[in-house]
Amino acid sequence: MANAKLWGLKKSPWVFHVAAASCNNCDIEILDVLTPRWDVERFGIVLVGSPRHADALLITGVLNRKSLPRVLRVYEQTSKPCLVIGVGTCTCDNHMFAPSYNVVGPYDKHIPVDVYIPGCPPKPEAIISGVVKALKRL
Amino acid sequence: MKRIVPIGPYHPLQEEPEFFKLIVEGEKVVDLEINIGYNHRGHEFIAQKMTYDQIPFLVERICGICSDSHPYAYVMAVEDAARIEVPPRGQYIRTIIGELERIHSHYLWVGLAGHFIGYNTVWMWVWRYREPLLDIFELIMGNRNHYAINKVGGARRDILPEHYEKIEKYLDLVEEKTTMFTKAVLDDPVIHARLENVGILSKEDAIAYGVLGPTARGSGYAIDVRKDDPYDAYDKVDWDMIVFEEGDIFAKAKVRLLECYESIKIVRQCLRDMPDGPIEARVDEIPPGEGIGRHEAPRGEVFHYVRSDGSNMPARHKIRAPSYMNIPSNVVAVKGYSIADAALVLAAVDPCYCCTERTVVFEDGKKKFTGNDLLRLSRQKTEKLRRRYGR
Repeated sequence: MANAKLWGLKKSPWVFHVAAASCNNCDIEILDVLTPRWDVERFGIVLVGSPRHADALLITGVLNRKSLPRVLRVYEQTSKPCLVIGVGTCTCDNHMFAPSYNVVGPYDKHIPVDVYIPGCPPKPEAIISGVVKALKRL
Repeated sequence: MKRIVPIGPYHPLQEEPEFFKLIVEGEKVVDLEINIGYNHRGHEFIAQKMTYDQIPFLVERICGICSDSHPYAYVMAVEDAARIEVPPRGQYIRTIIGELERIHSHYLWVGLAGHFIGYNTVWMWVWRYREPLLDIFELIMGNRNHYAINKVGGARRDILPEHYEKIEKYLDLVEEKTTMFTKAVLDDPVIHARLENVGILSKEDAIAYGVLGPTARGSGYAIDVRKDDPYDAYDKVDWDMIVFEEGDIFAKAKVRLLECYESIKIVRQCLRDMPDGPIEARVDEIPPGEGIGRHEAPRGEVFHYVRSDGSNMPARHKIRAPSYMNIPSNVVAVKGYSIADAALVLAAVDPCYCCTERTVVFEDGKKKFTGNDLLRLSRQKTEKLRRRYGR
């Protein structure tokens, strides 16, 4: 049964976009990937409205005190197995917000992350390559 | 009977986490509660631990869409404090990037507005023609967003003569496409039906809430820092302020689309008159004192305040972004419209939550500091600083 789920996940991953405390930039680059120049919908990658429909979570931005419980809840609601893809340098190491009083990241303290895509913001090509690497690991 | 419809914090229509509580009677929205703070990262606190030259990189990460506006206002604040004169070429370069950013931000809004009313064709079209502009940013500054062009004393990178042609070619394209959107999008009967007479913000309310930028100009309130208090190259070029009286979402959309033409005009004139010479002034040290910087971001006026104590880090750095003033006006704009219109009305001010975030300290379920407490603490700190520096 687990294999069937993995097979479904590989073919056309539906993604849910979670912005923890980001500066918008990774978020608009994620939307950019869906627009005509890159158009990943060709490969069946669709942005969905509910984590319950999603195969992968695209997480952007640093984690702060207020967004942490919400992000954990979204992760719990996502149907498993799921991929967690951290987009942007903020997800890797808190970037330049590390001295802040409100930041509780990085992510791997709280949820398992499969792939990190560094860059501020990562270019759309980098985002696509990160998702492909995540799928290849399965 | 009143019921509550929650929007957020993770809502499919919104890119950023924020929480709106729509209080509805049947289909009609009767009240709105706004709850933000999911994005608070403590920029003002971090800025006081960084040197003057590091802070532009920090403040451009406040918001990824207007990532030129915050450093622009910040460097003007430091230049004001240190009385630095920016060389003309540096001024023109900063103006050009500021205006190109306005085009990119307005295009982004038009696309998202199309997405919000379920008209994804508009979204795909507009974002397609936003891409060549990001290529130009990458060509000049090496990154598609987060340009790092502003520097205390001038510009960090020069616009080379071979880039002029590419920028002008793009301006021709964007002029043609803006005409196409203005004709095809704004004359579409479906868009008229969805946007006209929806989310009206009257001029009185606009003034009472102190809204800024295209939100104010769409409500007949002519306010623009570029005209009211010109800086850099804005008083050397010829352009018009776009103002509409209606106050509905259609007026705001018209303001944004027509402002793209004005930005094109400004960039063309700047490229034509671009003076030669150095792009930055030499900055030795920042003397004790304070300064303010104001820049008209795509969403309205960005305000930065910097207080220097003579060291290499600011003693206080205060930021106010336009969305902080614009978002509360949603409370009056959304009342009386249906739930289906609410998502669009909430997006009509082009909200940017990551600029807006503030923090509140709670202890045992109660607010720790009230407004008066903060005022008292602020006065005490000012007194302390005065005593320390004997002024």
